[in-house]
Amino acid sequence: MTKWSRFNIVSVALGFAFLYLPIVLLVVFSFNESRLVTVWAGFSIKWYVSLFNNQGLMDAAWVTIRVALLSATIATVLGTMAALSLVRFTRFRGRMLFSGMVYAPLVMPEVITGLSLLLLFVAIGFDRGFWTVTLAHITLTMCFVAVVVQSRLLSFDRSVEEAALDLGATPLRTFIEVTLPIIAPAVFSGWVLAFTLSLDDLVIASFTSGPGATTLPMKIYSQVRLGVTPEINAACTLLIALVAVGVIIASIVTKRRELQRQRDEHAAFAGT
Amino acid sequence: MTKLGSRIFSRLVILVPYAWLVFFFLVPFVIVFRISLSTTAIAQPPYEPVFRLADGIAGIVDNIRQLSFDNFIWLTEDALYINAYLSSIKIAGISTFLALLIAYPIAYGMAQAPRTWRPTLLMLVILPFWTSFLIRVYAWIAILKPEGLLNQLLLSLGLINEPLIILNTNWAIYIGIVYSYLPFMILPIYSALEKMDHSLIEAAQDLGCPPISAFWKVTFPLSLAGVVAGCMLVFIPAVGEFVIPDLLGGSQTLMIGKTLWTEFNSNRDWPLSAAVATVLLLILVVPIVFFQNMQAKAEERGK
Repeated sequence: MTKWSRFNIVSVALGFAFLYLPIVLLVVFSFNESRLVTVWAGFSIKWYVSLFNNQGLMDAAWVTIRVALLSATIATVLGTMAALSLVRFTRFRGRMLFSGMVYAPLVMPEVITGLSLLLLFVAIGFDRGFWTVTLAHITLTMCFVAVVVQSRLLSFDRSVEEAALDLGATPLRTFIEVTLPIIAPAVFSGWVLAFTLSLDDLVIASFTSGPGATTLPMKIYSQVRLGVTPEINAACTLLIALVAVGVIIASIVTKRRELQRQRDEHAAFAGT
Repeated sequence: MTKLGSRIFSRLVILVPYAWLVFFFLVPFVIVFRISLSTTAIAQPPYEPVFRLADGIAGIVDNIRQLSFDNFIWLTEDALYINAYLSSIKIAGISTFLALLIAYPIAYGMAQAPRTWRPTLLMLVILPFWTSFLIRVYAWIAILKPEGLLNQLLLSLGLINEPLIILNTNWAIYIGIVYSYLPFMILPIYSALEKMDHSLIEAAQDLGCPPISAFWKVTFPLSLAGVVAGCMLVFIPAVGEFVIPDLLGGSQTLMIGKTLWTEFNSNRDWPLSAAVATVLLLILVVPIVFFQNMQAKAEERGK
């Protein structure tokens, strides 16, 4: 194997420094005593206290979490179905259009998606608020779920499915008892991805939201426009912590399942 | 029964997400196009004509007569919009190029790393992507401000005598886009480089090819698919980017995502913003279709 040269180590290290330094600085300055975000004046958690007393931010956080939980769950169901259609059914009418509609939202500028969804809701006379944001987020995030699940389905040994079908299981039962347990880690990481994307979205939420359904990113954005404050740093740090916990749980679950699967396979081989 | 059941099951699996995307993704574009042909009105919704089924066929025909291309003509006549489109493409292009320059050595270094390290390194690239986009852009304000952390550092090191003005210039936008989209560039390049057969490089070097030209003649062409995918993933969303130019670019920046936002939220000109969106979509349709063909090909190869 080739040696990991100094040039390679330096470029990877610099790259990671670039990726992480801004986030680390943001977290550090959320514990700053001073109101100025650029001058360190000692450790303090007063911005977290004032954050929890800020009713507007707390309400927005609650709306955001509800939207994210609901939209991620529905998006996971729809996205998994979309992935199955793309991988399992190679020929059906309008497949080209379908795969186009799955991939296009991944790169579509958010202003276009947001504006077009808003105009749809206005055209059908749907009052803007919690539900419109949720529907918009489902549409965007189901495509990300579809891509994640699809890549797992592609590297999947179909013979186990065929065995179940040959033994007389219905397709639905085969899916629930054979396919789903195997693709479960991908479905779960799709859910986590959908959840964080929804938690994070500013542009689409701003277009599709209405009175009473201000999400946290919208609130943060309107405060950032007025100036950078340690309170926002504190809010951001909490969001980062929330996502970090989610990602860590997701990776532990995936790892465990992977180990379990390997153990099962070993046991199966040893048995024969 | 089983056969019927299985057919219903497979139909539903296709039909439900299909219908969802048609209704929430395709139909909205038709509506955007339709409204881009309308005129602004002081009403709710703020455009006319409004199609109502109650008007009957005669009413709808009458409404169709009222549609016009005035908004599109307006877009070509006002230099503001043309400049905004051109400068968006320019900014996105420069940022994509800078992202490629930075991402390639990182991806290359990762692909050369010991095999046991690679999953961890990969995880570390993906992790920032999970933290909020808005937060990552916001973090740069405190760094790039005239009295910000970068200037404090450079001043204390004696590298500069007066603060650099970076925030509210195009440089801040380049930094913001490169930073936010870097994982999208690193990942496809890394996966192309990781799959590469290393014996090819060794063969080239054994035949007397110097390392640098072996890189350009063997490694780079083999990673080209990853490079192109990464560039698409950065360029397309960057053209319509709103948050980065708005927070880092200041008031003079001209980017079409920002223009659309202002036209819609501040000027409340819905038909004109629909026209802006339609043209933006037309500009991006070529790279998007290109990107999709690549995805479809990758999917084929995966089978």
